[in-house]
Amino acid sequence: MTDATASVHGSLFQADARTRRRRAAETRFRAYGLGAVILSVLALVFLLSSVLGNGTGAFRQSVIRLEITLDPAIVAPKGTDPEALAKVTTIGYGRLLDQEVIAELTAKGIDTAGMSAKDISAMLSKEAAADLRRMVLADPSLIGQTITFDAFANGRIDGYFKGRVTMESAALDSNVSPAQLLLAERMRDAGLLRLAFNPGFLTAPDASELRPEVAGLGVAILGSAYMMMIVLVLALPLGVAASIYLEEFAPKNKLTDLIEVNISNLAAVPSIVFGILGLAIFINFAGLPQSAPIVGGLVLTLMTLPTIIISTRAALKAVPPSIRDAALGVGASKMQAIFHHVLPLAMPGILTGTIIGLAQALGETAPLLLIGMVAFVRDFPAAPPEGFFDPASALPVQVYNWTTRADPAFMERASGAIIVLLVFLVAMNAVAIVLRRRFERRW
Amino acid sequence: MSVGILILIVLCIGIAGFVLGRQRALSRAAAEGRRLHSLPSYYGQSVLLFATVPALLLLGGWLLVQPMAIEGRAAAHITQADIPEGSSHDLVMADVRRIAGGLAALKAQGNLSDDDLARMRADLTDIRGRLASAGIAVGDTVKPNVFEAAKALAAAQTLSHMLMTVAVLAASAIGAAIAFLRIRPEARARNVVEQFILALLIGSSMVAILTTAGIVLSLLFETIHFFQIYPAREFFLSLTWNPQFRGGSELGIWPLLWGTLYISFIALLVSVPIGLLAAIYLSEYAGKKLRAFAKPAIEILAGIPTIVYGLFALITVGPMLRDWIAQPMGFGESSSSVLTAGLVMGIMLIPFVSSLSDDIINAVPQAMRDGSYGLGANQSETIRQVILPAALPGVVGAVLLAASRAIGETMIVVMGAGAAARLNLNPFEAMTTITVKIVSQLTGDTEFASPETLVAFALGLTLFVFTLGLNVLALYIVRKYREQYE
Repeated sequence: MTDATASVHGSLFQADARTRRRRAAETRFRAYGLGAVILSVLALVFLLSSVLGNGTGAFRQSVIRLEITLDPAIVAPKGTDPEALAKVTTIGYGRLLDQEVIAELTAKGIDTAGMSAKDISAMLSKEAAADLRRMVLADPSLIGQTITFDAFANGRIDGYFKGRVTMESAALDSNVSPAQLLLAERMRDAGLLRLAFNPGFLTAPDASELRPEVAGLGVAILGSAYMMMIVLVLALPLGVAASIYLEEFAPKNKLTDLIEVNISNLAAVPSIVFGILGLAIFINFAGLPQSAPIVGGLVLTLMTLPTIIISTRAALKAVPPSIRDAALGVGASKMQAIFHHVLPLAMPGILTGTIIGLAQALGETAPLLLIGMVAFVRDFPAAPPEGFFDPASALPVQVYNWTTRADPAFMERASGAIIVLLVFLVAMNAVAIVLRRRFERRW
Repeated sequence: MSVGILILIVLCIGIAGFVLGRQRALSRAAAEGRRLHSLPSYYGQSVLLFATVPALLLLGGWLLVQPMAIEGRAAAHITQADIPEGSSHDLVMADVRRIAGGLAALKAQGNLSDDDLARMRADLTDIRGRLASAGIAVGDTVKPNVFEAAKALAAAQTLSHMLMTVAVLAASAIGAAIAFLRIRPEARARNVVEQFILALLIGSSMVAILTTAGIVLSLLFETIHFFQIYPAREFFLSLTWNPQFRGGSELGIWPLLWGTLYISFIALLVSVPIGLLAAIYLSEYAGKKLRAFAKPAIEILAGIPTIVYGLFALITVGPMLRDWIAQPMGFGESSSSVLTAGLVMGIMLIPFVSSLSDDIINAVPQAMRDGSYGLGANQSETIRQVILPAALPGVVGAVLLAASRAIGETMIVVMGAGAAARLNLNPFEAMTTITVKIVSQLTGDTEFASPETLVAFALGLTLFVFTLGLNVLALYIVRKYREQYE
């Protein structure tokens, strides 16, 4: 029989055309699959490297190191009591800074030919004088001393050292001239100007359009933290309570079905619709203030609830019925069995789900745009609970806000803010994974 | 008294009630020589619950309703003549609120007594200066009626706040007292507490229904409001979107709907093949090592916030597409385009499609694969002719869910797709979507009663109906056509 088939189809060791086609199709299909996997992983790598690569610059800032003698005649002409000090305006400090820069330049023998004093002082950040003033107001004992002060360089100068600004673009730019860039280069060579780590990026408030070099994430981080607090305090108890009811007590009836359908639908509602809800109910109807963390927190709570409920129910379901039976068997009431025995065992799963829900909420942007969190906020909100009602920003909204500004320096800061956001997310997810690994039980 | 302190006081009453209630139960049991019905702490808990929960609910409800109730009274002071040209009632009321806040702040600082306030008149006193000293900046000079309204508002707020404090404390004390007096050794405290907790659990699960109701009602009411001032025919049939904040806008939904569907289509074109093939490869072909690495890596994509994708579209993908493809080939000059948003959104949806398909493929029983191999089919033939048909309803469901995600996505299109409402086929041109227009119509200082703002609610309702419809359809398909394996 083998002979007969062999004579028709040829040897088994020699694949015929049809087999070859089938094998080729198999190989192609495999290659498509592998290609899809590689493509998705590459997309991830490309996404992360592009954002991270753009953002690292935001953590380093060009500073000009100055030795400043705080001459009492300039900074404290009318004595050093706080009220008199507060009367000295930023302009006075600005003049002091300008003098110091020029003195420093001549001391180091740097050639400033062809540049006016105004050109040189424009190389400093517009915020530098205000920084110095704040420093003196915070510590009046500095007056009369010589201090080392790191003044931020103007955003364009900073951009030159980070490759954002070139000689060609500077020639067209009214805010910076090629001569200033050349001088900045000479200053760097003389050690006067350098790129230094900038903690202000994490702690300072947002800054106006013209001062990208001092814009920071302080208010946004605080606002996000406030919102996460509200979400945690509201969503965890509400979500756990709802899950316990649905998983352990709810009778099978229309109402239970309605609740279940609602929860699964809410999980799929686009986030921006929650923003509309927040605007219509919390701001217009209940009269809560715009841009306040309380409104953001409430909206994010409603968004996070389905996530927490779904994971809590899974965690409760994973606790074997024998635990409940044993508790009921020794005379516990149903409530006691659940609160004393089932809930503690389900807790790691619940916390994991909660942290993942919080991480989702932390990155959510669209609903916050609608409740006014895009507003420009420079003042830090007060301590909670009053601070929950003060205007604040939020990390992802700050990113969006910066991308809408004209100066490309803000793009770098937006990418830097993304890095901060991702660090928070990675940390939260790591905690969730550790919790799961450490405490999860297999029954 | 601030709300925070009020809450603390209520909690203190509750804790004191717990301790006292427990002691009372124990001492009465000892005095009467009876055994308690429940564990002693249940008696304490009953007092704690009755003292805190009703009082806190009252507090929350009061805070929610108070602004509405008292602003009506203050608004009565404002006449049509007080509203300046180019302004609106809402803006004037915002001023009133700010001034009232300033007056309250002045009082809190002790710079303003009640008599002072009664004597203060807008046309005589320098209100601006006084308010500025409290850190409240007021635009121009304050009109008498506006100031009267602010005074009324401030007074009503103070009164309401006082009433609220009294009412909450009374509720807490009465609740505690009732529960406390009910403590007897034979009282079934555990049952009472458990009933109370069960009621709380039920209440918590009602939040989901309330949220849905809130969404539907707020969208519906404002949409009806919109259609009262703008013809529904125009909205549904007009082909131009051209909002003018001076009136005379054309607000046709078609350009937005077209942009939304076009971008979603491109996103699905990217994500469905890649996601599906990746899921097939990872569940059928890949070795353990590759799976252990690639699966979490793809799932990381799902955990990245959409703002990150938006920035990626804005600073990387958009300029790249423009410089490498659109400009050299003369398709367009814009870096934000349908293709940019679609591609990036496609990447975002890959893990969504792949993890859903993965579950579905894994649910196909091994026996079907074995049967197919037994008939001589190789692996890819088995996948294409046995597994995929068996998994088809689930895959269709996954695609529909992904489509609903794509339609509702906001940040990627806000940052990647542009703002120009166009009906066009060129994927390298900027177009806009429903979500982008909801954001742009509702952010910034907008007047609430204009059709240009209210249209956002109609768009929101459209979006809600669309996504809900897709989700329901997806669930229906999965349920109806799912093959039941034993």
